[in-house]
Amino acid sequence: MRYLPKSDSERKHMLQTMGLESTDQLFSHIPAAIRLKRPLQLPAPYSEPALLEFFKTCAAENATGMVSFLGAGMYRHFIPIVVDHLISRTEFYSAYTPYQPEVSQGTLQAIFEFQSLMCQLTGMDVANASMYDGATAMTESALMAQRITSRTDLLVAETVHPEYREVLLTYTRHLNTRVRNVAFTESGQVDLDDLKKRLSDKIAAVIIQSPNFFGNVEQLEEIARLAHERGALLVVAVAESLSLGLLRPPGQPTGDGQPVADIVAGEGQSLGIPISYGGPVLGFIATRDKHVRQMPGRLVGQTVDTGGQRGFVLTLATREQHIRREKATSNICTNQALCALMCTIYLSLLGKEGLREIAIQNVSKSQYAISRFKTIESIEVLFNGPRFNEFVIRSKERRKFSDRKLWKQKLVGGVSLKRFYPRLKNAELLCVTELTPKVSIDTLVDLYQNG
Amino acid sequence: MTPPLMSDEKIRKARTHVNQNEALIFERSMPGKRGVALPQCDVPEVPPESVFDQKALRAAIDDFPEVSEVDVVRHFTRLSTWNYAIDLGMYPLGSCTMKYNPKINEVVARYEGFAQSHPYLPEVLCQGNLKIQHMLGECLKEITGMDALSLQPAAGAQGELTGILIIRAYLQSRGNPRKKILIPDSAHGTNPSSAAIAGYQVENIKSGEQGCVDVSALRDAVTEDVAALMLTNPNTLGVYERDLLAIVDILHSKGGLVYMDGANMNALLGVARPGDNGVDVMHLNLHKTFSTPHGGGGPGAGPVAVKSHLEPFLPHPTVEMDASGTYSYNFKRPLSVGRVRSFYGNFGMLVRALAYILTNGPGGLKQTSEDAVLNANYIRSQLKGIYDLPFDQPSLHEVVFSDHLQNKYGVTTMEIAKRLMDYGFHPPTVYFPLIVHGALMIEPTESESLEELDLFVEAMKAIAEESATNPDLVKKAPHNTRVHKLDEVAAARNPVLRWKPKKT
Repeated sequence: MRYLPKSDSERKHMLQTMGLESTDQLFSHIPAAIRLKRPLQLPAPYSEPALLEFFKTCAAENATGMVSFLGAGMYRHFIPIVVDHLISRTEFYSAYTPYQPEVSQGTLQAIFEFQSLMCQLTGMDVANASMYDGATAMTESALMAQRITSRTDLLVAETVHPEYREVLLTYTRHLNTRVRNVAFTESGQVDLDDLKKRLSDKIAAVIIQSPNFFGNVEQLEEIARLAHERGALLVVAVAESLSLGLLRPPGQPTGDGQPVADIVAGEGQSLGIPISYGGPVLGFIATRDKHVRQMPGRLVGQTVDTGGQRGFVLTLATREQHIRREKATSNICTNQALCALMCTIYLSLLGKEGLREIAIQNVSKSQYAISRFKTIESIEVLFNGPRFNEFVIRSKERRKFSDRKLWKQKLVGGVSLKRFYPRLKNAELLCVTELTPKVSIDTLVDLYQNG
Repeated sequence: MTPPLMSDEKIRKARTHVNQNEALIFERSMPGKRGVALPQCDVPEVPPESVFDQKALRAAIDDFPEVSEVDVVRHFTRLSTWNYAIDLGMYPLGSCTMKYNPKINEVVARYEGFAQSHPYLPEVLCQGNLKIQHMLGECLKEITGMDALSLQPAAGAQGELTGILIIRAYLQSRGNPRKKILIPDSAHGTNPSSAAIAGYQVENIKSGEQGCVDVSALRDAVTEDVAALMLTNPNTLGVYERDLLAIVDILHSKGGLVYMDGANMNALLGVARPGDNGVDVMHLNLHKTFSTPHGGGGPGAGPVAVKSHLEPFLPHPTVEMDASGTYSYNFKRPLSVGRVRSFYGNFGMLVRALAYILTNGPGGLKQTSEDAVLNANYIRSQLKGIYDLPFDQPSLHEVVFSDHLQNKYGVTTMEIAKRLMDYGFHPPTVYFPLIVHGALMIEPTESESLEELDLFVEAMKAIAEESATNPDLVKKAPHNTRVHKLDEVAAARNPVLRWKPKKT
């Protein structure tokens, strides 16, 4: 076995130094009744070429070389080659969590840079070293809001990603927590009247997503005012984090100095991470300084060594499970550090101008696609809220083409909304990015128009 | 400080290599530089003000980095050289299973069909992804002896939480979710934390004199209030809980369940299967036992496996295969605990873990566990007497020493750990498990050659010698690293958690 760097004679020599004859003796304290008495029934070992062939075949059973209009939480964006090249350095990908800072300064400084970039993107004071994904980041933010406010209940907008809401329910169902949905309006945004009605002094947090699941940007200031009037925190989830390159950061106060989001939780996949079938991706949480001790997850801080040189360490660990055990703010241990590194490299490459330009390209693409769909008689473009790179269309009549016909044109359509919102029959959530060619949009429009 | 001359030429102490200092990426920024060529926009550019309210927009971000591609490559390459890594040498962190990360796994996980596939692709367009999940699931079931599993949990701790939620849902379906989870005091901190998040009270069980579960104390603690015992096996001393069958009986006889933390499964591949021995639910860490890279702190993957009575409660969706060999997701699972993560978990890690299992085959996996146990026992036999071995009973894949013998010279575990860096090794896990005062927890894994093990042993012996003859040398370590001992107290007292521009 090529991963095992020992010869049989070395094994024998090692056993001899211990006064043993066989490896089996090392296991002899495991009672015989417990031991497995047959070989594992697994496929015989694959050679290197056979393994490459096997996975090539599997990969070929997935659609490749197609232009997809799928978004809904995972976005296909251009990733500069340099990102994968740099994270492929073994010093990054094969390192452990940087518990020993003197031999982990590379990872620690990169995480410190990541935290700083996420603060700049979200308009917040402090960001953690990452969470599993957007859904768990949002959910842990809700639990964090409960701790901060000492309140139990949560309001979550129906315009939040349905899978994020499912995770929230999984984590809170058994706790003394009532989670209520807030309806949305014709414009596909949070219904402020419904929100007002549902707010009470028991609500720990109002949880919204912006741009929301339908692609619409929410009215953050109005929602924040309503939530804060009743002493609730505002958690803003961001699933399409590239939008933060153009949209006002949720953490930034209003023009007259009123706070908007108290916690920003999101999914950083758009920032340099391949979709990879939904994982590994990158959850993040950012908040105000005053809430840092209620934050879950790791934090890197700046310090000095005995010679006065700058260096970085994991810090404020008294929030964490390895110190506080059952009293920790979260059970998270392993997070998504390498994905945070991808994000850090990506944002460094894009820089101040590139980030903004690519965000504007996304808006331009969606505006173009919307304008084309609006010309089709049988199609209704639902919701009129301002959109980033996603929008919803509804067919007024039966669709004129089969999926197969679409696939034959090397296109994959959007996400059917019926699955998540039964009343939104025949509605489809479409996503276009800087990687969606105009010609593909035109082809899709043509199919809807002419079949 | 100049490192002392080597007394023994066999010991190869670390040397730093030439490398520039590297500022923060923000400090390298220069207006007008850029590191990317964006795609051409092939539709008319729309001014954002025509779509959004002015108050919904931001200007370009002040102080965001502006650097070239070369700057970025230099910056991160230099940073990378300040990390220790498994390909540089032994990384003996106990309970972390820092084994070799096969290169082929990195290649196959990047195939376009996987890396570019969207989780909402129609099932017919992602049969390859479903097949991989199904096949990995079948392999893990065979390895663990469990009946069903979910690959959704993103890491070990999330697997634990999922497992405890499954236990809660199962007990609830029988009328009473119960109140308490029992956890040995040797357990990893995620265990009590996961149990608490699942809404349970945590009751710590004191380890017996041998560091294992004290069966009679357990018998007293198990009442009908107890939902489950969370048991790490082999435990964090590397010792197999030899009373496992009795432990299982005690729980089951009172209607409680047994959760096994599978973090240490690297000792048991092809040796013993938890599912054959009464364990009801367990998780695996694919980033430990199954070689997926740790990434400097993730991503991992923490599949949770159950016996058939718990199958209805697994997260949804589950992956199924019909008689024709077509794969699909099953979302219709009314008793499911729900989703614990979006989409299907850390899929890219699942590809790597399957590649590892297929490369090894059944014989390779068993030899892996045997070599891991052999390596740990070799270190144990070589260092016993030189370092204190607080629990002197047979152990498997890891060995826990203490600093007891070095304390008399005023040298402690952390100082020994830091001194190891001067010898070119990453330190072991320190001060864990909590039941060992000044623990040094060493897990070499199977990936170490005899030569590397001997180097490590010699380094540890040399440090023991230095502790007696020149304790100050050890106490002030590390001497050869890029930065010296860092002030962690100051970092926590006055947290600086982000870069900010200097005010002018």
